[in-house]
Amino acid sequence: MLETISVWIAGGLTLCIFSFLYGDNPIYKFAEHLYVGFSAAYWLIYVWHFTIKQMVINPIVAGESGAWLLIIPLFFGVIMLSRWLPERYSWISRWSIAFTVGIGAGMVIIGQVQGYILPQLKATLLPLATGSWKTNIDNFFIVIGTVTTLTYFYFSRREKSTMSKFSRIGTAFIMIAFGAAFGYTVMARISLLIGRMSFLFGNWFRIVKPL
Amino acid sequence: MKKQVPLLITFLTGFIVIVSFFVPHRPFGILETQVLTWYAIIFGFTMLIGVDSLIRLHVRKTQRRKKGWWYSIVFFAGFLYCFVTGVISLIRTSNPFSPGTVFFYGYRTILIPLQSTMFALLAFFIASASYRAFRARNIDATFLLIAAVIVMIGRVPAGYKLWPRLPEVANWILNVLQMGPMRGVMIGIALGAVAMSLRLILGIERTYLT
Amino acid sequence: MENKKDFLDWITSIDRKFIFAIIAIVVLIPILLGIQEEVQISPSVNSAYRTIENLDSNDVVLISIDYDPASMPELQPMLKAMLRHAFRKDVKVIMMCFWPLGLPIGTQGLEQVAAEYSKAYGKDYVNIGYRPGDRAVMVEMGREIRHFFRTDVSDVPLDSFPLMKDIHNYNDISLVVGLEAGIYGDYWVQYVGSRYNQRIILGVTGVMATQTYPYLQSGQIEGLIGGLKGAAEYETLIGTPGFGLTGMAAQSWAHVAIVVFIIIGNIGYFLTRRREKRFRVEGRR
Repeated sequence: MLETISVWIAGGLTLCIFSFLYGDNPIYKFAEHLYVGFSAAYWLIYVWHFTIKQMVINPIVAGESGAWLLIIPLFFGVIMLSRWLPERYSWISRWSIAFTVGIGAGMVIIGQVQGYILPQLKATLLPLATGSWKTNIDNFFIVIGTVTTLTYFYFSRREKSTMSKFSRIGTAFIMIAFGAAFGYTVMARISLLIGRMSFLFGNWFRIVKPL
Repeated sequence: MKKQVPLLITFLTGFIVIVSFFVPHRPFGILETQVLTWYAIIFGFTMLIGVDSLIRLHVRKTQRRKKGWWYSIVFFAGFLYCFVTGVISLIRTSNPFSPGTVFFYGYRTILIPLQSTMFALLAFFIASASYRAFRARNIDATFLLIAAVIVMIGRVPAGYKLWPRLPEVANWILNVLQMGPMRGVMIGIALGAVAMSLRLILGIERTYLT
Repeated sequence: MENKKDFLDWITSIDRKFIFAIIAIVVLIPILLGIQEEVQISPSVNSAYRTIENLDSNDVVLISIDYDPASMPELQPMLKAMLRHAFRKDVKVIMMCFWPLGLPIGTQGLEQVAAEYSKAYGKDYVNIGYRPGDRAVMVEMGREIRHFFRTDVSDVPLDSFPLMKDIHNYNDISLVVGLEAGIYGDYWVQYVGSRYNQRIILGVTGVMATQTYPYLQSGQIEGLIGGLKGAAEYETLIGTPGFGLTGMAAQSWAHVAIVVFIIIGNIGYFLTRRREKRFRVEGRR
């Protein structure tokens, strides 16, 4: 019984959202606000269970060594909410923001240099004269595609220079990349529609076997 | 206090993360463990900022009876339902997120259909946009169009039926032709991100403090 | 002449509601008729499959649920297919999550497939749940998982599970599988793959797929499964059809319809341009 009610409500809400295809309307807005309200409370439960309870309270209650230090991030976490107070008090929220910005920035430097820039540049240093003509062609396009795209980013301003010719080729490559990304994005969106259609006609109307 | 302390915090935390990468031993390794744990907890709290601002927005709308204020009532209904079932599940079970709890029931009944249908809508709009905007206006647009069509058709069974080697062509575009420029774009972004992070740690970039 | 003008008007001004209706129909018909399509296996999915296939029994795989219901149709079939593959080979699974809204669907998938293969919680698989702080968590797990996850999702200490007794960091994990709808796939590669030499395979949504290919060519990931088609390929490889394969016909039809719309749009564009050019020439005369 509960299962049936769940499927009917879910089906109804699905149609509410699909009603947007006809235009913005009160039914869609109703569903949209319901979604936002539900998600907001979901975040609260989440923060309580995983951040406050499992990361702060549990270690303190268990008496783990050094657990009392967790009061510090708890303090930083709470003062972050002071940004809604008047300026006399809200400045203190910058301490928490500064903390997350500092860690984030440090992480980015290490991660991007070690994890992206160096290995990706290394992977672009490919031989162009191997025994296999197919590999040669592939490697040629990979090298040219990467180099000309970077050229486009850094030398696109100078008109009529040799570099600008390279960056012109880079533009063509970038277009191919964006085209491929678009093609894949279409696939993604259609997949989501298939998901909803199969729910409506499988789980709800039961015309086909639920996927 | 208002400017110097945050700048010092940013510098020190960034410094610890970078140094402990090169010197993962004492004291930096332990220090990094500590600050990373703290970071995660503070990061968890950032979620609350969003919730807080949403509640304030809808309270204001309801109080001032702004146009469409009754949608704010729907917001609070959804909020209360999720919150109450969440608290019940927290009390009754040790994992409110597992199938079988009342919290999960609401998640499955309300959140899954709403969120997934919202994104499924985009299938219709992307189809309409393809018809309206995807024109071979010049050589660049033609490259874009051809790559998109080959990937679109070559990645599904219809492509194979059309020409059995079309999936290979699509794979070649993905693995070779688009891979180089995508790498170039990402390296460009990565270099920019590193430069910006250095400016942040050194206190040159301060917009986050305003 | 009049007919030609009508045709031109029609193809240049198709109502978007007509396009919506066609898309709905082409997606719906294959679902209603239950049409099944075969898929061709791409090298990137095959190498993901081989990576899990070459694991020994009792090896441990860490699966990260980095998506939510918005990408469920694409990534949930991948999760189920890979779990089936792993459990069949008696590979142990640790599941975790970085997308808050994704944990319940991840848990549901894990419990469902574990039940199919009669796997026991704590011995064959463990769900350690969510932690905020993404990159910080990833880096710290390289030292000791317990620094962030003292307990599983239900507050049970990790040490009480036989599976977790000897698992402390990435040295004890054979493979990380990231199922990604956003940036966390990059984080896994950049902060775990590069820093700890961890083997990684990624299953990503169509939106994220193209920017993940550079990792494949550089050898930073060992396999890549992209979108619903990737899921269908993986289902084919393990011989257990699921949502991926069943949805492939609708996917195929919808793509053809969109390409037809693109062609119609372009025919309209070129005919209009030709007509305008002719008018200009006639006007000059």
